[in-house]
Amino acid sequence: MEQVIQLEKVNKWYDDFHVLKDIDLSVQRGQKIVVCGPSGSGKSTMIRCINRLEAHQKGHIVVHNTELTNDLKNIDMIRKNVGMVFQQFNLFPHLSVIDNISLAPIWVKKMPKKEAEDIAMSYLEKVKIPEQAQKFPGQLSGGQQQRVAIARSLAMNPDIMLFDEPTSALDPEMIKEVLDVMIQLAEEGMTMLVVTHEMGFAKTVADQMIFMDEGKIVEQATPDEFFNNPKSDRTKLFLSQILNH
Amino acid sequence: MTTFSNQSLMRNKYYNWIIKNLFSSWVNSLMTVVAIIFIYEVGTFFLNWAFFAADFRTNFQGELITDRSFCSKNIMPGEYGACWAIIYARWDQFMYGFYPIEEVWRVNFVYALLPLAIIGILFDKLPFRKYFIYFTFIYPFLAYFMLYGGPGLSVVGTNKWGGLLVTLFLGVTGIGLAFPLSIILALGRRSKMPIVKSLCVVFIEFIRGVPLITLLFTANVMLPLFLPDGVNPDNLLRALVAVTLFQSAYMAEAIRGGLQAIPRGQIEAAQSLGLNYWQTTRKIILPQALKIAIPPIVNTCIGLFKDTSLVLIIGLFDLLGIGRAALADMTWTKLYYEVYVFISLVFFIFCFGMSRYSLYLEKKLKTDNS
Ligand SMILES: Nc1ncnc2c1ncn2[C@@H]1O[C@H](COP(=O)(O)OP(=O)(O)OP(=O)(O)O)[C@@H](O)[C@H]1O
Ligand SMILES: [Mg+2]
Repeated sequence: MEQVIQLEKVNKWYDDFHVLKDIDLSVQRGQKIVVCGPSGSGKSTMIRCINRLEAHQKGHIVVHNTELTNDLKNIDMIRKNVGMVFQQFNLFPHLSVIDNISLAPIWVKKMPKKEAEDIAMSYLEKVKIPEQAQKFPGQLSGGQQQRVAIARSLAMNPDIMLFDEPTSALDPEMIKEVLDVMIQLAEEGMTMLVVTHEMGFAKTVADQMIFMDEGKIVEQATPDEFFNNPKSDRTKLFLSQILNH
Repeated sequence: MTTFSNQSLMRNKYYNWIIKNLFSSWVNSLMTVVAIIFIYEVGTFFLNWAFFAADFRTNFQGELITDRSFCSKNIMPGEYGACWAIIYARWDQFMYGFYPIEEVWRVNFVYALLPLAIIGILFDKLPFRKYFIYFTFIYPFLAYFMLYGGPGLSVVGTNKWGGLLVTLFLGVTGIGLAFPLSIILALGRRSKMPIVKSLCVVFIEFIRGVPLITLLFTANVMLPLFLPDGVNPDNLLRALVAVTLFQSAYMAEAIRGGLQAIPRGQIEAAQSLGLNYWQTTRKIILPQALKIAIPPIVNTCIGLFKDTSLVLIIGLFDLLGIGRAALADMTWTKLYYEVYVFISLVFFIFCFGMSRYSLYLEKKLKTDNS
């Protein structure tokens, strides 16, 4: 199997606050990894380091055989191949849905406008809202916005997708429509690293579960083991809280 | 029947509004009455002075007014109001300065095209906006050629320019040049590069900490020192440099306010899609930030437009300078009120226009994609 992401003894500090402590992680092509853990444990920070929205200070992060350093060329290359979906959607409010999606193909991949828009439409169909193409983000529901955000990332044709709590800003009735899109994506073989507390989703798609606490990976296991036979007490406590919730 | 009851309903509405807002208590009623008397007195006094008891071109005896001694108020003191003849007599100077009268059509041509040049910037839903914006970029060159002259047109030196022409030239060109400069300054102030950042901060804070008059004097005296011998920029250009620098610092601060209002997530989303710094800035940040910043930008423009009148201090004849020159002329001296009221009115028209535009935008921003 081909390894696409590798983190080796990654450490990060915010001033003197130690957020990530010796993180080791390896992701193979096509793998789906779900990350969970209490608030403030460093989940977002970890996945944001993978496309260099945050810089780590110690250790190595290698994506597609390219090590992330301050070298802007490497960062650009990695960002082109790694998509990211945010908790707050972060759609561009001044652009229509179709412009949101075709922007990066046009400007980063230098694709002709017509071609980029065709691709944008095909991804809008994939997330099942082609009829919203001409609207502005402010006119869509949260679930629709998040699906546009997913389409926007996919339009760059990435081979890795990072998700940072994609459903936690959504009303309950909209969570499913977003998760369905993500499940479909998983079935198509996308490599996915997902921070989420949707345990049903995790059981359906995850190959590996990761539990983080206080900047460390406390436990990594298959979903079966993770849910039925967790090793660490902290994992047990966390699971009991989240599953009884 | 229905019309009647509608009417009485309407009457009731006004009646209620008046009672509620103007006569709700004794104090309120008293204030209302005092205010009405005050407005009435001042209003009738002014209207009487400016229109009903005023001379326009002729005095009360029907004679054409050719100097101040013909003004009705100077013939029969205490009975008559304004003597607007001075404005008629000096109209060309107010509008064009000392521009040769046979070439004045060139200035009129430039004036007439000015609305076409700015309308594309002002209204984003304008039909054929793209072409108006093209014209906006052509206009400065066209205007410069028409005003200054060149192949096929006689040269009219800027020392002949004056009045509204100088006021508008400094205002419009100063704002136009300051705009790109201020974007660079605002972005530079937020840059992560320490040298760029401190240069921008020092520049902005220095300019904001100094009165425009000082800058005008400085530009007037210092600019030649920075330029090679023999290159002697004219006064108007010196003033333009000062005005542009001044305006760019204030505009930069207005734009910085807009930049700060853009959530971090916007930048992160753009970065995660692979857009580089300039693409992110141009496509994502600036369009949103400028939209937010337009009302404060327009406010700085209003301030600048009025401040251009300070250039009379370095010997330029803007609208105010021309007015003062007219008053210094023995034939028209002492008609202060007429001249200053007229100049105020001209400034007011432009500034009020800008102010209304800013209000219109604020309303529009509120209803737009929120
Ligand atoms: N820019 C920053 N400066 C300083 N501290 C930060 C910064 N960003 C995050 N932190 C801190 O780092 C820690 C980890 O944050 P992170 O966002 O990675 O947590 P998380 O696991 O994603 O939590 P949540 O479930 O709430 O999203 C938190 O304690 C947070 O306060
Ligand atoms: Mg988080």
